[in-house]
Amino acid sequence: MSSPTSGNILPGLRFRQRFPLLALILERFVLSIILLFAVSILIFGGLEALPGDFATTYLGQSATPQAVANIRKDLGLDRPVTTRYVEWLGNAVQGDFGTSWASKNSVSEQIGKRLGNSLFLAGFAALISVPLAVGLGMVSVHFRGRLPDKIINIISLAAISLPEFFIGYLLIMFFAVKFGVATFPATVYESMGFADRLKAIALPTATLVLVVLAHMMRMTRAAILSVMSSAYMETAELKGLSAFRSIVKHAAPNALAPIINVVALNLAYLVVGVVVVEVVFVYPGMGQYMVDAVTVRDMPVVQACGLIFAAVYIFLNMLADILAIIANPRLRHPR
Amino acid sequence: MNDYTKYLASRVTAGGLSRREFLGRAMAAGLTLAVADKLFTESAEAAEPKRGGHLKLGLEGGAATDSKDPAKFLSQFMFCVGRCWGDMLVESDPLTGAAVPALAESWEPSKDAATWTFKIRKGVKFHNGKELTIDDVVATLKRHTDKASESGALGVLGSIKEIKADGGNLVLTLSEGNADMPLLLTDYHLVIQPNGGVDDPLASIGTGPYKLTSFEAGVRATFEKNKDDWRTDRGYVDSIEIIGMNDATARIAALSSGQVHYINRVDPKTVNLLKRAPNVEILSTAGRGHYVFIMHCDKAPFDNNDLRLALKYAMDRETMVEKILGGYGKVGNDFPINSTYALFPEGIEQRVYDPDKAAFHYKKSGHSGSVLLRTSEVAFPGGVDAAVLYQESCKKAGIEIEVKREPGDGYWTNVWNVQPFSTSYWGGRPTQDQMYSTAYLSTADWNDTKFKRPDFDKLLLQARSELDEAKRKDMYRAMAMMVRDEGGVILPMFNDFVNASTKQVKGYVHDIGNDMSNGYVATRVWLEA
Repeated sequence: MSSPTSGNILPGLRFRQRFPLLALILERFVLSIILLFAVSILIFGGLEALPGDFATTYLGQSATPQAVANIRKDLGLDRPVTTRYVEWLGNAVQGDFGTSWASKNSVSEQIGKRLGNSLFLAGFAALISVPLAVGLGMVSVHFRGRLPDKIINIISLAAISLPEFFIGYLLIMFFAVKFGVATFPATVYESMGFADRLKAIALPTATLVLVVLAHMMRMTRAAILSVMSSAYMETAELKGLSAFRSIVKHAAPNALAPIINVVALNLAYLVVGVVVVEVVFVYPGMGQYMVDAVTVRDMPVVQACGLIFAAVYIFLNMLADILAIIANPRLRHPR
Repeated sequence: MNDYTKYLASRVTAGGLSRREFLGRAMAAGLTLAVADKLFTESAEAAEPKRGGHLKLGLEGGAATDSKDPAKFLSQFMFCVGRCWGDMLVESDPLTGAAVPALAESWEPSKDAATWTFKIRKGVKFHNGKELTIDDVVATLKRHTDKASESGALGVLGSIKEIKADGGNLVLTLSEGNADMPLLLTDYHLVIQPNGGVDDPLASIGTGPYKLTSFEAGVRATFEKNKDDWRTDRGYVDSIEIIGMNDATARIAALSSGQVHYINRVDPKTVNLLKRAPNVEILSTAGRGHYVFIMHCDKAPFDNNDLRLALKYAMDRETMVEKILGGYGKVGNDFPINSTYALFPEGIEQRVYDPDKAAFHYKKSGHSGSVLLRTSEVAFPGGVDAAVLYQESCKKAGIEIEVKREPGDGYWTNVWNVQPFSTSYWGGRPTQDQMYSTAYLSTADWNDTKFKRPDFDKLLLQARSELDEAKRKDMYRAMAMMVRDEGGVILPMFNDFVNASTKQVKGYVHDIGNDMSNGYVATRVWLEA
């Protein structure tokens, strides 16, 4: 980022000086779009370079040369890569991801359902884990070095050290098999009522909460602690504020930027990184959809999933950046 | 009650054993007459099917990419779904593997087995109320044999030259005689659909015992009973729910917590743990699938039959079955056919582990130095362990095996069928002819042992059109001997299909045709309250 050196000649620069926040947000937005475009090339090119081919993988042991040729021709795989890329991107921009090669269903429609499921699960996990993590982080700062802090730390460290599938299996073993109180498998389907859905996702949500909690909690704790050692916190203390009040009012807002960052990262993980949890709990989300498609080289689906995952990641990171800028006014005026 | 008497009782329940046979065998196994008699009565009562209930299956093998079009059925999940709502022209007998009537009432071959006439059953209704006609049958077969078709049955039906209706009968003309034609029509892709499914291949309308009520690929399929089913000896439960569960642990958890009644693909490594759950029954069925060590007969050093024999004698088959399959399998005899096939050539001597004979042939072959064996976990479950076990048993015969573990990705394109010595697996085929034609005919694409013998090929083609069963059996015996003694395949074991159910599930039929009671599990079992 360069700053104007000799007068405000360029209109763009004038805009930037008058609305620094808006300019920064716009800049991030444009950058994100460019990044997404680059990712789309990577996805398409990467899949093109994969060994193995849809027709043979799909037909498996019943593949005859005739059937293979029929499928390749049918899908237009005989045309050049660039033509296919431009066509794909053009349609994808309009929200049309084509039809699945394997099932002949509309990919957009399928993704609509699957993404909905994934967001539902991720949303619930976030709703529980984010306040819980930030709250626990503050509590642990408040009791720093004492028993509650130690307990919170030990439990969260234990949770983060266990692989997520193991946490999942443990929860299944105790709550579904031994006590029989939880619903398993967590399969949700279209005609399912909201209450049943909530019951179904109880165990996977609990798993996800345990997996992401520690990361966010520890970051909150560390960020607040680092602020606590600064001069103005000393002032607050000297001023006679209660310890808890000084944490909530003075330390937390200034520690917001790193917390927002780690929260965004974990939210992204909740949407794009939960493949294992989805498989363990038989939950029909995006992760499982993509894994299924990769196994048979169902390219339109893989491409669409890849692009959407990238978009979610980029969007959440962009959001984190922007929120951090809003939270910390110093970042608005680059020197 | 020990495992054997339990097995006998289950045979009674499945209707496969008479009272006299049962008492004889049970008493031979050490039961008193009174106990055996009581057991028989109980088992026979259990054989009385109960109707009603909601059956839930948790199956491995579903994917979001599954298609509802029968021509494109591929996964275990769709195999089972298709068997619920659709019927084929012919079915295979669960115990003998012989062709039995389904939508085709009877059939008649011409003398050279090149023309087949099938009589189509009357009064059968599709789920949409329309009556099944010969035109629907012809249209179905035409769709699957069209050269531009993407049907999974295209290869199987390759020899059909002409399909036509003759009065109410279906007449198939083949390019060469094939005595197995009816069995080929049992292929699970060949669901008879209204107008062959040409108008709407995804409609899932058939003549089966259940109507599909909802379907989400890779997630779930639900069914309700077809009240107008043309058969009464199937379809006992009111409704079915099939849930896709690709994680082995998830399936086991769902079964042992009673959330589903039946699961497929139980891992041999965990089956003993699952056995301990009080409400669970392990259902193990002898199958045609087999694990193989393949040598290319046309590449050095495997172009030497003495070396091939040495490597065959150095295989400890019993240990393989015990260690790799957890006991859920049968030893193989170096040819790809076992007793689950109709016309199985009996009385061929079982080849056993013999380090001395192996050493003798090894010396005679003149080969020295180590032999490179390529393997991978994708070749079959436990593939790498099996290779190492083999390495050990070879050591005793003075043969040094170098085991090379290959990456799973690309194993089928880079190693199998390319490298001269590797591990692999084969699923079974409905007939001996198909098994040999796929993997042992000189011209077959998948002749992965490069076994090229004109006399074998000639015999295979002769047997194909031979209608005299005794003659045919002799031919298959001669072919088995050629493969066993001169072929490039070391076949240590046939793997069982290992599934499991809760004890509520009754009437499970151990069908030798294929996994999950040949896909018919949901239509054949009933639920005990």
